[in-house]
Amino acid sequence: MQVAVLSGKGGTGKTLVSVNLSYLAKDSVYVDCDVEEPNGLLYYKLKDTAQEHVNVKIPVVNHEQCIGCKQCTEFCEFNALAYILEKVRVFKDLCHSCGGCKLVCPQNAITEFDRSIGKITSGFYNETEVFSGKMNVGIESGVPIIKELLKKVLNKKKDVFIDSPPGNGCSVMESISDADYCLLVAEPSIFGLHNLKMVYALVKVFNKNIGLVINKCNDDDIIKDFAKANKIKIVGEIPMDLELGRLNSNGEIVSKYSQYSWLFKDILNNVYKEVS
Amino acid sequence: MKQILVLSGKGGTGKTTVASAFIEISKARAYADCDVEAPNLHLVNKVMNKKSKPYYGMSKAFIVQEKCIECGLCQTNCRFDSIDFDGKYTINPYACEGCSVCKYVCPVDAIEMRQSINGEITIYRDKNIFSTAELNMGSGNSGKLVTEVKTQLKDNLTDEPLVIIDGSPGIGCPVIASISGVDLVLIVAEPSVSGISDMERIIQTAQKFRVKTAVCVNKYDTNISLSRKIETHILALNIDFLGMIPYDKKVIELINNGEPVTNVEFSVSFAIRDIYRKAIQMIED
Repeated sequence: MQVAVLSGKGGTGKTLVSVNLSYLAKDSVYVDCDVEEPNGLLYYKLKDTAQEHVNVKIPVVNHEQCIGCKQCTEFCEFNALAYILEKVRVFKDLCHSCGGCKLVCPQNAITEFDRSIGKITSGFYNETEVFSGKMNVGIESGVPIIKELLKKVLNKKKDVFIDSPPGNGCSVMESISDADYCLLVAEPSIFGLHNLKMVYALVKVFNKNIGLVINKCNDDDIIKDFAKANKIKIVGEIPMDLELGRLNSNGEIVSKYSQYSWLFKDILNNVYKEVS
Repeated sequence: MKQILVLSGKGGTGKTTVASAFIEISKARAYADCDVEAPNLHLVNKVMNKKSKPYYGMSKAFIVQEKCIECGLCQTNCRFDSIDFDGKYTINPYACEGCSVCKYVCPVDAIEMRQSINGEITIYRDKNIFSTAELNMGSGNSGKLVTEVKTQLKDNLTDEPLVIIDGSPGIGCPVIASISGVDLVLIVAEPSVSGISDMERIIQTAQKFRVKTAVCVNKYDTNISLSRKIETHILALNIDFLGMIPYDKKVIELINNGEPVTNVEFSVSFAIRDIYRKAIQMIED
């Protein structure tokens, strides 16, 4: 089973939910796909870790072989190559690593080198296997890191919990691509509702099974009303609780505390019921 | 014209709450929402007279089935795994980045690049001017759309002294696109281990682009010791620390009413006014 936890809006509690569910599930996997701002390892404090770089291919031009035909600069849809002062220059931050320039060059003057854009840290926390991706500062897109992360867990015979990035763009879509179940986390505010609607539209396009967790619950029913109107199953409600917030803000896995563990056990059981 | 951009790294720390309050306090007539994946500013700072148009991102590949000879060269050469084979070759438009490699390698010209709508870009104009956009789900090109939101605002301005921009979470392309050209990045941090980690990464990002940066802490009293830690850390980095905003559940009530917090005088609005005053001093220096 692969469960993706997502929210549209940031700060609604994706990491809280995905860390606690994976912690309580037996023999599970936690994957932090929020590679721009990964926080899972602040909770899963790993002792022994393995690290590996994630690379993308960036073109290098051999200026001796280049005849200045500009086919590469004209081909590049991302303006990552420009012909300046009679030399082809590469702007590596704009490059999408499509390999097109290398293909079109009639002189075979273009080769590629590996550029590290981030890394993946992995290890075990008790029984839970943990993977966390982290994009380097200044890099535009973390999608290649998310792809690498998902490759690592694709054939695992374990329950996998994916901590997705916020928003509804390409990196979110990537992180839910193999998911059997999408767990949406929303908070009862007009911001939370607006962004929930956006991310709900995304999971519906991909025909995913979905459930909803409402975090920081108050007296406001705006999220519940939306769930009812759209027949979305509410699998959990986490109250607005300053003590829970304080523990979580200090990097504690709140399910280690008996007064909170039942809350997440309940959500986990509901998710299992829904998936089976 | 001076531009203040509100960022945070981590989501949900209160960017839009602070940005919407800044707009009210400053009586700024021009503002923009660059959080194109989850825009919310329009819910609190309402401007009438909406005009939207489709946003065209990169073109996407399309396979003309009648011409396709099923050689599979497109699939072999695509680095984005965006060509599926299920009895016939088709493009997954969500994975396609529009690089045109498949079109180039196709021996029978069966692939066309077709324009695709990746979102909607909107301008509101009454006495105020507000530029915003919404990216279609699953789309890339969010950075390019952010640039268009800023360009659209600039094209509609004559002589505005101050522009307030609400940014997006993270440190990737939409954030990088939003930073260019601004006079001050105000980071709204949150006193949690996640908030601190994310704040550090957004500070590094802002500094990479050499833009003046300042930090404030929201909901400081939910974890006072971490709030103090942030303040000490920021001052040690020689970055301006503009103040702390308390937690108050009235904030969410006001926001849910579609009102900026400055509509009511209470501890939160006092704190934001003070932060605003210091932010203005920084850009006037």
